[in-house]
Amino acid sequence: MMPAVPKIGLLKGLALTLKTMMTPSTTAQYPHVKPDLPPRTRGVIALMEENCTVCMLCARECPDWCIYIDSRKETVPAPGGGGRMRTRNTLDRFAIDFALCMYCGICVDVCPFDALFWSPEFEYSTYSIRELTHEREQLRRWMDTVPPPPPLETGAETPGEIETGLEKAHKEAEAQMAALLAAQQPAAGDEAAGGGGAATTAVEEEPHVEAQVDQEVYDQLTADGVAERVARAKAKAAYVRRERARIKAERAAQG
Amino acid sequence: MESLASTGLLWLDLLLKVVAVVGFFLVVPLVAGYIEHKGLAHMQDRLGPMEAMPHGVGQLIADGIKFIQKEDIIPDAADRWVFALAPGVALVPAIVILTVVPLGPGVFAENLDVGIFFALAVSSVSVIGLLMAGWASANKYSLMGGLRAAAQLIAYELPLVLGAAAVVLQAETLSLVGIVEQQFAFTAFGIPVPYAVPHAIGLALFFVAALAELNRPPFDMPIADSELIAGHMTEYTGLRYAFFMLTEYAGMVVLAALATVLFLGGWYIWPGIAYPAGWPVWLTAIVATGVSVGKIMTLVFLMVWLRATFPRLREDQLQRMSWLVMIPLGLFNIIVIAIAKVVA
Repeated sequence: MMPAVPKIGLLKGLALTLKTMMTPSTTAQYPHVKPDLPPRTRGVIALMEENCTVCMLCARECPDWCIYIDSRKETVPAPGGGGRMRTRNTLDRFAIDFALCMYCGICVDVCPFDALFWSPEFEYSTYSIRELTHEREQLRRWMDTVPPPPPLETGAETPGEIETGLEKAHKEAEAQMAALLAAQQPAAGDEAAGGGGAATTAVEEEPHVEAQVDQEVYDQLTADGVAERVARAKAKAAYVRRERARIKAERAAQG
Repeated sequence: MESLASTGLLWLDLLLKVVAVVGFFLVVPLVAGYIEHKGLAHMQDRLGPMEAMPHGVGQLIADGIKFIQKEDIIPDAADRWVFALAPGVALVPAIVILTVVPLGPGVFAENLDVGIFFALAVSSVSVIGLLMAGWASANKYSLMGGLRAAAQLIAYELPLVLGAAAVVLQAETLSLVGIVEQQFAFTAFGIPVPYAVPHAIGLALFFVAALAELNRPPFDMPIADSELIAGHMTEYTGLRYAFFMLTEYAGMVVLAALATVLFLGGWYIWPGIAYPAGWPVWLTAIVATGVSVGKIMTLVFLMVWLRATFPRLREDQLQRMSWLVMIPLGLFNIIVIAIAKVVA
């Protein structure tokens, strides 16, 4: 049997490879260029230890049993004085073994006190498996990289605790203002208007900005020899500052 | 024509020529290797080496340093001396051919009257290296690979020679320099064209057979990784393995250079377009060498392109293609060229 005669397919194949060669490849040069990840990437679990009540729900729900919690009971005087001493759980140790963790996020979902958060930080590989067990200090530091919660939908009710918090803050600011005005009244009447304006802007809500790494600042800092993690946090802070200033300026321009 | 390295002093001549040939041999195959790394990568939607110097230019140098550091393992059952010598036997012919390849007017080591015969004869020697490696490794994969390489070389040496023979017939000389000069004066129906035009079949045969001689994909049956691990190279490590790799890249350059000389007009940009007579000799030599190397690298890129595109042939398809298609075609080509030569 004679071999099949090669047909146009040979040339089609050549055209395809040539076309692929001409199209730029999508490869990301990772360590040199930071990946463009979504802001809510699930990179690592961060701990807001102030919020933790040692209820142990996360440790019990964890399918891998990779959360280690130690605590002790402390007695504290009753609030407002008088009455019997109250007992309170105090956190001694909170560690997550990221060698075991399967990043299911159940602990984050299950935490009733908003103590656990997803952080987009992902560069924490180590040479030893033991170093992957991160203690509370590190978990707390990762809180700095957690993006602020997403804005509420338009028309949604403000959550109760935020509303009460805001009310309190407004009242405090007003009281401060009144005190300030009272103190300045005899001195100069016309300055009060300016001072009042400043105080209202202080109460004004900070515009919401989703944190992102400012590549320029980041490159500058890493070039100056700042540690990568610190540089990343600072670059994010710089980005947020700049964006806020920009949004404020826009608002001011609009009146 | 005399070589530019001819000073009249025998030993100085020899030194200059050896340095030039070895220098060319150590540099240009690396460029070919880089073209392969990058071309292949981009054809597969990758970037290829990027870390060793900008855009991975130094990757092959880094690889070389790595190979030097590796342990040189010789298997217990291996035939020590034959095993150790095989990479050298495969490598040396590539250097030897370079002595007769002309890159420009005077840019060659020797202008042999039997240039093309010498080049093709020497290129066949490297298969002995592959056979030695295959036999001495005491490994069934190596042995199969060595035998396949030998069978393939015998099958494809014929179309290679037939393609070249038609050119020799046309040019009436075996000297490679002579072929370039004859080609320069060649016209088809009054239009100056390189031999590639009347010898389109010959060029295709020569190029395909060259791929097969080098065990380049799609003719890499002797080192088919899915069947034979790496064929004759299976048991080799370190520098000896690197020698085999270098043989492949040097072979690409050498056969591309031969194809350039035989079919593409050698160091002239186009037949009939001479370099200005007013130019000093060194300028002409440099520009002509640049033109030659450009043509060689274009052919090398073509080899990479074919590698990225076509799947490997089966062993029986490989043999069938040579004996039933290419050799009859080569004989037919020679007859046509001979008749045209007599009639014209």
